[in-house]
Amino acid sequence: MGRTFFEKVWDDHVVADLGDGAFLIHIDRHFLHEVSGAVSLKEIDARHRTVRNPELTFGTVDHVLETVPGRGMTTRMPGGDDFLREFTERIGPHGIRFFDLHDPRQGIVHVIAPELGVALPGMTFICGDSHTCTVGGVGAFAWGVGSSDSEHALATQTVIMTKPKTLRVNFTGQLRPGVHAKDMILALIAKYTADGGTGYAIEFAGEAVRSLPMDGRLTLCNMAVEFGGRTGTVAPDEITFAYLKDREFSPRGADWDRAVAYWRTLASDADAVYDMEYELDCSTLEPQVTWGTSPEHSVAIGGVMPDPAASADPIARTSRQRAADYAEIEPGSPVMGLPITGAFIGSCTNSRIDDLRAAAAILKGRKVAEGVTAICSPGSTATKLLAEAEGIDRIFIEAGFEWRESGCSLCMSGATGGESFPRDARVIASTNRNFEDRQGPHVRSHLASPVTVAASAIAGHIADARAFASKEDEQ
Amino acid sequence: MSMQPFASETGVCAALMRNNIDTDQITPGHTGMKVQKTGFGEGLFFNWRYLPDGGDNPDFVLNQGPFRDTKFLLAGTNFGCGSSREFAVWALRDFGIRAVIAPSFGAIFTSNCYMNGVAPIILDEAAVSAIAGEIAPDHCTMTVDLVRQVILSPDGHEHRFHIPDLQRERLVEGLDAIDATRKRDDQIAAFQTADKLRRPWVYAVEGAAA
Ligand code: SF4
Repeated sequence: MGRTFFEKVWDDHVVADLGDGAFLIHIDRHFLHEVSGAVSLKEIDARHRTVRNPELTFGTVDHVLETVPGRGMTTRMPGGDDFLREFTERIGPHGIRFFDLHDPRQGIVHVIAPELGVALPGMTFICGDSHTCTVGGVGAFAWGVGSSDSEHALATQTVIMTKPKTLRVNFTGQLRPGVHAKDMILALIAKYTADGGTGYAIEFAGEAVRSLPMDGRLTLCNMAVEFGGRTGTVAPDEITFAYLKDREFSPRGADWDRAVAYWRTLASDADAVYDMEYELDCSTLEPQVTWGTSPEHSVAIGGVMPDPAASADPIARTSRQRAADYAEIEPGSPVMGLPITGAFIGSCTNSRIDDLRAAAAILKGRKVAEGVTAICSPGSTATKLLAEAEGIDRIFIEAGFEWRESGCSLCMSGATGGESFPRDARVIASTNRNFEDRQGPHVRSHLASPVTVAASAIAGHIADARAFASKEDEQ
Repeated sequence: MSMQPFASETGVCAALMRNNIDTDQITPGHTGMKVQKTGFGEGLFFNWRYLPDGGDNPDFVLNQGPFRDTKFLLAGTNFGCGSSREFAVWALRDFGIRAVIAPSFGAIFTSNCYMNGVAPIILDEAAVSAIAGEIAPDHCTMTVDLVRQVILSPDGHEHRFHIPDLQRERLVEGLDAIDATRKRDDQIAAFQTADKLRRPWVYAVEGAAA
């Protein structure tokens, strides 16, 4: 029997079979950020351990770092300064490559890892952050770990892991105009629930995925963890190779040719069998927006708020009722038209250049509605500079958006006491988590694609971007 | 941090039967921002456990009578989903919780539990609900036996579970994983030597200097 893409990658990384399903797995790339990284490095130092393979390890600052222009090594997040300071002080002596706040390569780890060619197909890739699965978009087997597993990897370049089962998600058909990768993943999670992929190594496949450009694949894989997945990947193909060629840390010359030849062998064999298969038809897919406090609470943009009482399972019913109470939306009322006071384009989900270009096409020549605080934080400093070179920053600023430095920013800072939307705000965001209080105390977050966020910012309420033909199209 | 061994324990069991309890709810970010691994018990379930004025929320189970000493927590599906923050497990552990029993867990959370001496125990939904249904303030003593891999519910019903041997042995003995893996350094070195021939680009990391 043939092997799946995941099984091929897994087999190439087993250092030892530890019995009863546990394995010692080699880690090819390990990225640290200032929050989990500070704790891991502190522990490594306290125990006088050495970093086994510093050349395979990278670091940057993104989580508590401010995104306001002129930022420095202090943050309004309580306790945040300690993370920035300890991390910066501790990482250098270990000889780990570090992209600090002034480095043009700085950015959200999951955005810069593929951008720099640090994450490559067929690699095992970890970081102390749950959205590490993002870089599965380039075909890496990537997953988030806690500080202790990260410490284990620093000391041994391995982690202990149970072999996950495999799940293939077939996205059939082609997306219609105005529908994006974000809509695919939100619809999938709504269809199969937030733990529909729990524990699986998920492979996103099918016609719609094959034609997604790299930025969209990264968005898709980003939210694999919101689906419960151990990882989410897209098998590498020509789009992957074209994207990675000549990136700073991509292999060069003869190594590149060897790498591509190896990567071509990784696709699942025709007779490979997955433990589970799901399917979603993209040809009829509508833009999605969430209503509640779990990414599974999403509906088509033209849909209505579901009735929590309709859930058959009592625990699901209570959970959904709680979400509905938090969201303060009447069951049966349309989601479109809900007034918003905040809009955010940023995060490792949707702040790459394609996202900014698509949002700019909507924003061009228009103004953000009065009473809406609109903020954009590009996913990396490099993305920000590229957007500025294309004049995208001007479009955002003239529309009334704040144009920020790169970092996690309002994706989660509200939960940590950093910059946040004001209490009770209703916000539309291109991020991945609509959890209670994540973007500020009692802030209601609606997740959507960047174009839906842009259109809603202009309308002042949740809006369908397809109704906003770009000004350029009209000319 | 060495882990506290966990062979068989008897203590208070509480039920928090909601699905998708994410790590942001277990330890809201603003309670967990310390560059250390202990001292997070106070922040556990912060937004649910305390009222806006800082007082205890009497409606929250862990503030009620015997449940202040909860050792085992029952929950709905997908417990510990969300952020990888290990603070969530440290907070549970620092509060005194030795095991969480749910139909499914976030994968990163599961790993974090093993690293910190907290047992993530999977039972099917019917079993979790059945145990939850038995619990009352004067009837909440349960036993979790990791050696035999059974739970003895307050009513005295046995429920079998499975934790992979290696992880279970570590929980039972309180062993540090890094020390154990370092003994395999020859194997790791041999792997890398062989892998370098197959995938040289993984190890020859070029790019600009650090
Ligand atoms: S942008 Fe948000 S989701 Fe992504 S790594 Fe940062 S905090 Fe996590």
